[in-house]
Amino acid sequence: MKHSTHATVFARALSLSRDFAARAALLSIVAALSVVAASAQQASSNMGPAFMSGTPGTYAIRGAHIYPVSGPDIENGTIVIANGKIAAVGVGVSVPSGARVIEGRGLSVYPGMIDLGTSMGLIEITEQGATGWVDTQEVGELNPNARAFYGINPHSAHVAVTRVNGVTTVLSSPQGGLVSGQSALVNLLGATAPEMAVERAAALVVNYPRSGGGGGGFGGFFAVQQQPGAADAATQRERQVEQIRKLLRDAEAYGRAWDAANADAKLPRPDRDVVLESLVPYVRGQRPVVFRVDREADIRAAVRFAEEMKLKPVILGANDAWKVASFLKEHNVPVVITGVLDLPNREDDAYDLMYENASKLQAAGVQFAISTGDTAANVRDLPYHAGMAAAFGLPRDAALRAVTLNPAQIVGAGAQLGSLEVGKIANVVAADGDLLEARTNIRHLFINGREVPLVSKHTELYNQFKDRK
Amino acid sequence: MRKMFALLVALTTLAASLAGASAQTQPQPRRGNQRRGAPPTKPESGTPSAADSASAAGAAGDVLIRNATILTASHGTLAGSDILIRRGKIAAVGASLRAGSDVRVIDATGKYVTPGIIDCHSHSALDAINEGTLSVTSMVRTRDALNPNDINVYRALAGGVTAQNSLHGSANTIGGQNVVMKMKYGRPAAEWLFGAPPGIKFALGENVKRSNNQNFIIVGQPQPPRRYPTTRMGQEEVLRDAFTRARNYKRDWDEYRAAQTRGERNAVPPRRDLQLEPLVEVLEGKRFVHAHSYRGDEILMLLNVAEEFGFRVKTLQHVLEGYKVAPEIARHGAGASSFADSWAYKLEAYDSIPYSSAIMTRAGVLVSINSDSSERARRLNIDAAKMMKYGGLTEQEALRLVTLNPAIQLGIDARTGSIDVGKDADIVIWNGHPFSVYSRVDQTYIEGELFFDREQDIKNRAALQREREELEKAEPNQAPSAGTPAGAPRPNRRPGGHDDEDTDGGHDNR
Repeated sequence: MKHSTHATVFARALSLSRDFAARAALLSIVAALSVVAASAQQASSNMGPAFMSGTPGTYAIRGAHIYPVSGPDIENGTIVIANGKIAAVGVGVSVPSGARVIEGRGLSVYPGMIDLGTSMGLIEITEQGATGWVDTQEVGELNPNARAFYGINPHSAHVAVTRVNGVTTVLSSPQGGLVSGQSALVNLLGATAPEMAVERAAALVVNYPRSGGGGGGFGGFFAVQQQPGAADAATQRERQVEQIRKLLRDAEAYGRAWDAANADAKLPRPDRDVVLESLVPYVRGQRPVVFRVDREADIRAAVRFAEEMKLKPVILGANDAWKVASFLKEHNVPVVITGVLDLPNREDDAYDLMYENASKLQAAGVQFAISTGDTAANVRDLPYHAGMAAAFGLPRDAALRAVTLNPAQIVGAGAQLGSLEVGKIANVVAADGDLLEARTNIRHLFINGREVPLVSKHTELYNQFKDRK
Repeated sequence: MRKMFALLVALTTLAASLAGASAQTQPQPRRGNQRRGAPPTKPESGTPSAADSASAAGAAGDVLIRNATILTASHGTLAGSDILIRRGKIAAVGASLRAGSDVRVIDATGKYVTPGIIDCHSHSALDAINEGTLSVTSMVRTRDALNPNDINVYRALAGGVTAQNSLHGSANTIGGQNVVMKMKYGRPAAEWLFGAPPGIKFALGENVKRSNNQNFIIVGQPQPPRRYPTTRMGQEEVLRDAFTRARNYKRDWDEYRAAQTRGERNAVPPRRDLQLEPLVEVLEGKRFVHAHSYRGDEILMLLNVAEEFGFRVKTLQHVLEGYKVAPEIARHGAGASSFADSWAYKLEAYDSIPYSSAIMTRAGVLVSINSDSSERARRLNIDAAKMMKYGGLTEQEALRLVTLNPAIQLGIDARTGSIDVGKDADIVIWNGHPFSVYSRVDQTYIEGELFFDREQDIKNRAALQREREELEKAEPNQAPSAGTPAGAPRPNRRPGGHDDEDTDGGHDNR
């Protein structure tokens, strides 16, 4: 029984790619040329303390149409929010004294939506010249201990812009490399990352190497330059998989070594290693490992790899998931599809191929969530991704579930989030119509049981300019 | 002239349709073409080529769409109404219309009808249209680079788009000439053009700046040359210089023509200049300026230059900070063609807000919503619907953003853009309200001809699958033994959806 040291893990990471130095040189040139002139426009009239942290209290929405998602719809129902949690839901629920009552006539009440495919807070502006505001990707290929939690900017303008559309929770993930790091599950409210966090280390993100090369990191760019033969690509892929495998085995060994040492004081205590230690819950299948893969062969390979390593896999991306729906069902692997609105890959694919991915997974009984796959700016469009899937065969209640309860369960937060059930975190959205419709307006928003003003950078600029003559 | 061309097309089409019908025992053309749908498939037997393409093209039979909810875009919503299409035109709109036995009747009970969607900013069906090597490339034309086989045109039809403004990229201050086309997938590109007024692309801001070739540096390679301008100051100067030269050129020609009129036999004509000719047309109000712009300051700069030289900007494209200078845009009389809600993909897009279209509309600006993306073109109906939420436009105002308003902006509203008698029958039948996320397109007609039919598309799939399998078995298509992956790399939805600086065709390239 042996385990790697911290140093060897990183030595391996550094020796991984021969062209690392060239990449670093390129990056620094690009960075130097990019003009960083980002000036945040944050503070203004409506953005007071409630904008940042909400208003805690006891609330009741009375006489509304309630969609608990976990159970049948409730006509003329009441929901009570107290101490940050859902205290009661149903018909004839009594309203506690002192509660602020919202008359719910004409309102539909839903759990807040959840997007598992974002990098919220890690990046403000995606292209052209704001490199001082990008924290999505660490250097090197194996960064299991890079945690989104420490990079999230709670005051990103995207946070409020997203939540006022009814998306209240996101999984924010690092990107790049083979093992990108660990995602944080955060509510979109709070003055600090700890205030936002539901789970600081919610998932491990793996860019499982693509068959044919071009997997994580900058591989795509350099693959074009190098034009490796198919055999080379297969070899490279095997090498990359082996690197991930070895890292995970080391972590497993590390965990067992500590278990043994804890059980028997006579045994030597292993050196502490923060990288391997952070991986232990994942190699023991206690927390999900998110594999970013799209293509059929890669989905199969990732699932087999996860089973070999006894991980708890989630497939993210999954444009080809419909092709392997029965395989996914058979292996009981959940999927987060980010490509509902992607163009089909091949010219002769059916025009609605990607729209239909979700309904095919539903028909096969696969557990799945729908995500925008967007870093931040367009996460507010999550309901319309689900709506498009529903236009092409997914039952409407399944579409709603795919952006609420399913993502909560997939990321291991099903007991806390995703439905309107007593005891769950009170992330509650009251709208004047169907939550997934583009014409619907959100009227009331609660996150962590706190009422959140429906204000964002966008409403502020709207108010500033709408009456200019 | 245009009428003669149209007649010629009609005759050619009819002849070809008859040939197709006889070769494949298709229904008579007068009964309408049933084979429109998915990309045309090979017939089971018989020779392809002429007959095949003819059947794909088909002929526009007369059609009666019965008992639909019609969102006219011009005069409200008509419940339980009919539309009669004759010879490609809307012949009548109303309740309980009658038609002869030769008219194909479509029962649209429970369905919705809108005018065809018009995408005022697209690069679909275009290959390599960012001639950014010079700061003024008014001599190049996107119509010379149309690719009629681009599948994205069909995908847009499946989202209800019937016409698009095919624009040059935004790498230079004065770009190339655009072309407005109908989405007649399956027809030769020449038939997509329909005599829309000519236009030209301008561009301001960061795309022009970064396109002076500094951003793509490859280690060890020689540096590409720098191109003027690299600031917004330089962009103003490029405009001023170009229109000063165009004004001089126009003066030279005016003097020459005046001399000719006076009968001066020794008058020498100026040398023709293909770069300046289109700019003279702009000065004369004969060519529309479509100007890519983001920030309020650069928008004002362009409007000022235009007013100084005496022309009006037809549309500001993207115009993300248009809401900050809406009164000035309204006073100038420019249209605005924007995204619904894209933002923060660049620093100059950081103040973009989804309320901009509503603010500009309220200020009296004619506004449209465009896609600038082969992906996004497929769901402009939802982008329009969002504008009811972001700023509270009415249903008809929102629908106009993607139908009548772009038609006016492109100078084609006499032909298309609303459900009105006499206009081209560019029509979409939806299975539910077009602003509902749960709805989809059943059929898309252009000039009365069916160019997308969901039912037919689905029927064609088995045959396409068989054809694909046959082709995959063919020896030249065998995969190399070492296992090269099938399929192209995954397309990226997002970057191309925002910005056309690097557009190199209709494929959402970055």
